[in-house]
Amino acid sequence: MMNTTRRLLLRSAASAGLIATAIAAGMLKPSRVLADWNSVAFSATKAADALAAIGASSAASSRDIVVKAPDIAENGAVVPVEVVTTLPDVESIAILGEKNPFPLVALYTLSDFDGFLSTRIKMGQTANVRAVVKAGGKLYTATKEVKVTVGGCGG
Amino acid sequence: MAIAMRVRADNGDVRILMTHPSENGLRKDAKSGQRVPAHFVKNMTVAVNGKTVLDGQLGGGMSKDPYHSFKVRGMKTGDKVIVTAEDNTGDKGSIETTVS
Repeated sequence: MMNTTRRLLLRSAASAGLIATAIAAGMLKPSRVLADWNSVAFSATKAADALAAIGASSAASSRDIVVKAPDIAENGAVVPVEVVTTLPDVESIAILGEKNPFPLVALYTLSDFDGFLSTRIKMGQTANVRAVVKAGGKLYTATKEVKVTVGGCGG
Repeated sequence: MAIAMRVRADNGDVRILMTHPSENGLRKDAKSGQRVPAHFVKNMTVAVNGKTVLDGQLGGGMSKDPYHSFKVRGMKTGDKVIVTAEDNTGDKGSIETTVS
């Protein structure tokens, strides 16, 4: 019994040492080890894969989020998108153009967020714009369909 | 080359306009027919009085000259706002303003 505990302690001490060395060598940045840029999510070519890569596959539809975007976008290169929510304690917001070549457009980590975020995205074709909001540790989502007459994603 | 930006902050609202081509790497140049290499802003941060209120990861699906506007609870006149950005080529930009 004693011996097992001692072995475990030695082992964890050794791995802690390795991590400290990695941080010292600049291989790991302590403050941004996870959040730097989610290349898996941003490189995903299907909305479902992008959502999975940001851990948002299980987001529940919510009426407390409104995605505002034009019904028809004549220029898919500039589609104004607003995310308005009454959810308290918002921690992050993701915005996706679901049929874009790379659906994930932006992922924001937020503090002191006051319910409104607006940006402009490109859309390749008629599709849903999806917002995923993490609030109070839970995931919520809403969409708005935008009809695109001239796509703005190249190809 | 530094990423050029403009920022305004008032009435609880921060508005940021960056000057950037935002190329996703898929668009073909009309003349040459060649794909234009990916060139887009990957990361942005906004801090109010030293506290990060927005830490954004962005993709090539942002429109050219990325624009953001968002509301920050508790922001008041005189607060210092600092915005930073970095693109996929390592170019960086930063700008600061005071909430009016």
